[in-house]
Amino acid sequence: MKELIDEKGLRIDGRRVDELRPLKIEVGVLKNADGSSYIEMGKNKIVVAVYGPKEVHPKHQALPDRSVLRCRYHMAPFSTDTRKPPQPSRREIEISKVIREALEPALMLEEYPRTAIDVYLEVLQADGGSRCAGITASAVALADAGISMRDMVVACAAGKASGQVVIDLNDVEDKEGEADMPIAIMPNLNQLTLFQLDGILTPEEFEKAFDMAINACRTIYDAQRKALMDKYFGKAEVGEE
Amino acid sequence: MSAVKKSIVVEQLRKVQMIELLSKEKRLDNRGLMDFRPITIETGVIEKANGSARVQVGNTQVIAGVKIEIGDPFPDTPDKGLLVVNTEVLPLASAYAEPGPPDEDAIELARVVDRGVRESHMIDLSKLALIPGKKVLAVFVDVNVLNTDGNLLDATSYATVASIATSKMPRYYVDENGQIKQSDEIIPLPINGIPVSVTMARIGDALIVDPTSEEEAVMDARITLVLDEDGNLCAGQKGQPGTLTFDQVKLATNIAKVKAKEIREIIKGEITKYAKG
Repeated sequence: MKELIDEKGLRIDGRRVDELRPLKIEVGVLKNADGSSYIEMGKNKIVVAVYGPKEVHPKHQALPDRSVLRCRYHMAPFSTDTRKPPQPSRREIEISKVIREALEPALMLEEYPRTAIDVYLEVLQADGGSRCAGITASAVALADAGISMRDMVVACAAGKASGQVVIDLNDVEDKEGEADMPIAIMPNLNQLTLFQLDGILTPEEFEKAFDMAINACRTIYDAQRKALMDKYFGKAEVGEE
Repeated sequence: MSAVKKSIVVEQLRKVQMIELLSKEKRLDNRGLMDFRPITIETGVIEKANGSARVQVGNTQVIAGVKIEIGDPFPDTPDKGLLVVNTEVLPLASAYAEPGPPDEDAIELARVVDRGVRESHMIDLSKLALIPGKKVLAVFVDVNVLNTDGNLLDATSYATVASIATSKMPRYYVDENGQIKQSDEIIPLPINGIPVSVTMARIGDALIVDPTSEEEAVMDARITLVLDEDGNLCAGQKGQPGTLTFDQVKLATNIAKVKAKEIREIIKGEITKYAKG
């Protein structure tokens, strides 16, 4: 197996085991959308658009007591090492489902009966952890669209590479590492909204990875807030609370 | 995976009733919160398949068949065999199932089951290469859901592992001309251990194992954990648009550990019984 951590304890991209990749979040990047965002997390580049609340088509999907949330996670054909055929794969269908279920608890859908809210995630470049970066960006786009929310949703993966628990796995660590565990939380309500595990973790490693991922989510949450503050309150006011 | 059609008023009433019942540690079918329904596993039910299993968890019934064929390896794993898990919720399985390509629930079902088998390294795929880079053995597990009454995930997982563990195939070899040949010798798949899936539902503040359709219709969130023979977690998935507290997740891992051990005995019992003929 490939060595993913060197003798100095550094990972292949030079990070420590508990270090996040560089993160950039922008708000309101697409003019036509009701809300939008762009995220870079390492080499992940994802753009998210929110349309809604709007009329539901097809009509039979409408719910009398709340809005229908629909999510589409899609990877551009050029986003991966080998070309990804444009039609949705089984993986993308599953990820669209778990992203929807991760975002829905934070949204006050009951305020918008008989409507639909569409969240479109386009992965322009994938670098491991694209569903997490996508969730983080989607929550920002939903806030930008002015959808009533109970809390933000923020996601990060922890996992295991070369025998050590690591945070925010990159593409190589995701593929060659022993385990990948993406989670999403509502950081103020302290609730888990996404949990997946792929790979072997002992009960002790699980505890460590789980706590590490929650802490990382809190760091990323600060970046989400800053991105929204930058857009809505102007850059000068950031930090003056 | 909820096969019960939801009506808003009835759903809310049922939920209130269910939460009240669960607060007294009771369930509609008189089970304890941590009790599975009776599990029955029958293997070798389809002669034409390399391996097969019919599993019942209460009224949920699924049948899995394994077909082993010669195939091309994936480009990123040229020296490993293939594992493909597919599930179909047949229209005969409930009044609400419809024919057509698998929907997102069926895709999630197959992918979570696949993840448990794959990540636990149940099948030693490196022993399934025939001509590395060119030809490998492909293990197809197709699971048909025959009757839905909740917890399709666990039922499908048990059927998958039981059918794989009891699979038999001719020994394949490459002759001096580089041709793939079958010998008369019949061998099992290279198996390392049995991963066991444990699915729990949160309804209100209660965490219960093995939810029925009625319970799934009102559940807030679902969590599935798969454990390998060493008691390590090897796959997991939260489902449904609800949340879990961080402590509930940790509690779920402890519950899963205990339950997985019990159920592994049931699965292994059936495998041993089948091996003895």
